[in-house]
Amino acid sequence: MSDPPINRAEESDAPDTAAVHQRDVAKEAAEERGWHEAALVGRTITVNRPRQEVYAFWRDFRNLGRFLENIESVTPGDDRRSHWVIKAPGGRTVEWDSVLTEDMPGEALAWESAEGADIKNTGRIEFRDGPPGRGTEVTATIVYGPPAGDLGKLIAKLFQREPKVQARRDLRRFKQLLETGEISTSEAPAAAPRGGAQAKG
Amino acid sequence: MRALTWHGKHDVRMETVDDPQIVNPRDAIIRITSTAICGSDLHLYDSYIPTLHKGDILGHEFMGEVVEAGPGSTLKPGERVVVPFVIACGKCFFCEKQQFAACDNSNPAEKADMSEVMYGYPMTGAFGYSHLTGGYAGGQAEYVRVPYSDVGPIVIPDGLEDEKVLFLSDILPTGWMAAENCEIEPGDTVAVWGCGPVGLFAIQSALIMGAHRLIAIDHYPHRLELAKSLGAEVINFHDVKVREALFEITGGIGPDAVIDAVGMESHGFTIDNILDAVKATVKLGTDRPHVLREVILACRKGGRVSVPGVYGGMGDKIPIGALMEKGLSLKTAQTHVQKYMPHLLEMIGEGKVDTTFLISHRLPLEDAPNGYKIFKEQQNEVTKVVLKPDWKEAA
Repeated sequence: MSDPPINRAEESDAPDTAAVHQRDVAKEAAEERGWHEAALVGRTITVNRPRQEVYAFWRDFRNLGRFLENIESVTPGDDRRSHWVIKAPGGRTVEWDSVLTEDMPGEALAWESAEGADIKNTGRIEFRDGPPGRGTEVTATIVYGPPAGDLGKLIAKLFQREPKVQARRDLRRFKQLLETGEISTSEAPAAAPRGGAQAKG
Repeated sequence: MRALTWHGKHDVRMETVDDPQIVNPRDAIIRITSTAICGSDLHLYDSYIPTLHKGDILGHEFMGEVVEAGPGSTLKPGERVVVPFVIACGKCFFCEKQQFAACDNSNPAEKADMSEVMYGYPMTGAFGYSHLTGGYAGGQAEYVRVPYSDVGPIVIPDGLEDEKVLFLSDILPTGWMAAENCEIEPGDTVAVWGCGPVGLFAIQSALIMGAHRLIAIDHYPHRLELAKSLGAEVINFHDVKVREALFEITGGIGPDAVIDAVGMESHGFTIDNILDAVKATVKLGTDRPHVLREVILACRKGGRVSVPGVYGGMGDKIPIGALMEKGLSLKTAQTHVQKYMPHLLEMIGEGKVDTTFLISHRLPLEDAPNGYKIFKEQQNEVTKVVLKPDWKEAA
C-alpha cells in the first residue's frame, strides 16, 4: 500500500483539521512559527482539470483576486515577492507583501507574508492527481497569525469570522473558474462575483 | 418585467421587477412564451421548502425565444428553446457522467453551504426553487437569465408548438427517468403512486419501456381516468386497501417495481400520515413520507423502488427492515433532464409521446396567483396549468 489516504492525511496539515486527529493543529502551527496564536484552515477540493494546469493557474498570483473573495488584487513583483491588497471594512484596503517560500511545479506552492504585515499569514497549496480521469485534488492550508494594530484586528475579524466558510467558498469558486471558465452566480451583474466575467490571464 | 413572486405560505403575487441581464459569458436571456406550474411548486406554495426569500421569482418549467446570448453561449437570438429546470455546467465530474442534477458547479459558492450542511454535499443549482438550489430567478416571468446556456436548453424545430414540448423542461424527463429507474423486464408489473403529471408520464414511459401491467394509485377520479386512458389499471385508495389489492392483482407476488410519484406531502387518512402532518405543523419534522413507506412495503422481494417524488428533509419510520430484508433496490434523484431531452424531443416529433393531454388550464401569466390557488385546491380537475406571458386577458 503506497500512500494510502490516511497516511497522506497525516502528512498534510489540512485534513488534520477535519478531525483525522484530535490534535490542536492551530496551536501547533502557532508554536512552529513562534506566534502566540493562530487560526488554521484546511480544505480539499477536486478540480476536473489536469494537475499542471491547476497548479499553473494558482501559481499566477494575479488570478487569486478572481476567486479569493477578501482579496482585491495580487500583483507579482520581482522574483518571489508579490504585493497583496486586501479588502477591509468600510471600503478601505490593507496591503502587504508576500514571499513565495516553496514552489514545486505541479505539486505544491507556499507563501508567507513578509515582515510588517498587518496579519501574519502563510498558505500552502498541494496538488495531487485524483483517481485516473478524475482531475486534481487541491488541498489548501492557510494559517493566520495575530493581527497588528487596530485595522489589523478588524481585518482579522473579517478573515476569521468564519475562516472555514471563507475557505470552502473560495475553493468552490476556484473550481468553478477552472472547470467552467466562470463563477456561478444568481446575482444581478452589479452584485456578481468579479472572476466570472473577466478574461483569463 | 412582470413576474410571479413568492411572499409566504399561499401568498404569491404578480410584481414588476428588474429585467434579467447577462452576467457570465455562457449566459443567455430568454423571452418566455410558455411556462407551467409544477406540482413541486406547490411544495413552495405550502412553505414545505425552506430558504425562500420574499420576492423570489418562482417557476422552473419554461420555454421561450432567445433574445440575447453571451459570447460563450451556443444559442442564437430568435431560436426557440426549452430550458431544463436543473442548471448544469457540463464540465464537472458529474456532468461528464451525465448526472446533470448532481452538477458540482451551478450552485453559487455562497449558497452551497446550506445544502452541504443538510445533505453532506451541496445541491445543484435550479431555477426558481429556493436558495438551497442557488436562489436563481425562475421562469414564471416575462424573461429569465439562463446560465450555462450552451449545456441546458434544447432548440425546438419549427412546427412543434409550445404545448407539445414545454414539459421537456421537467416532468416528462422526470416521469421517464422514474420509469427507467424501474429497470423494467418483460412480464413486469409496475405500480405508480400518484397520478399527477409525473405519475402520468411515468405510466406512459413504463408502458413504452415494456411494462406488462401498470397499476396506478390515487384518489382523484379524474386523474385515475387519465391514468386509465394511458393504459393503466387503477386503484382508488379511498375505496380499496392498496396493499391487499396489489397482492391479489399480482398473484401474491407483488409489483416488480414501484414508483413514489407523490413525495413529501402525501394525502390520506392513516395514522402515520396524521402524525407526520402534526409534526410538520409544529416543525418537529418536515416530510410526510407516507407513500414512501407504502411503496417499500408493497414492492415484491428483490424489486425496485423508484422515487421521483420530492423529499427535502427528514422522514420518520421508513420501513428500513422491509427495504433490507426484501432486498429492494432504491433509485431516486432530481432528474438529469439534459440527458433525456434529445431522445424525448425526438419521440415527441415522431408522435410516440404526447404530453398535451395533461393540460387542463391555460392562463395569462398575470393570473398566475389564481393558477396556484386552483392547482392547490382543485387537484381533481386541475392537472396542469400553463401560463402565457403574452396573453393579456384570460382566454
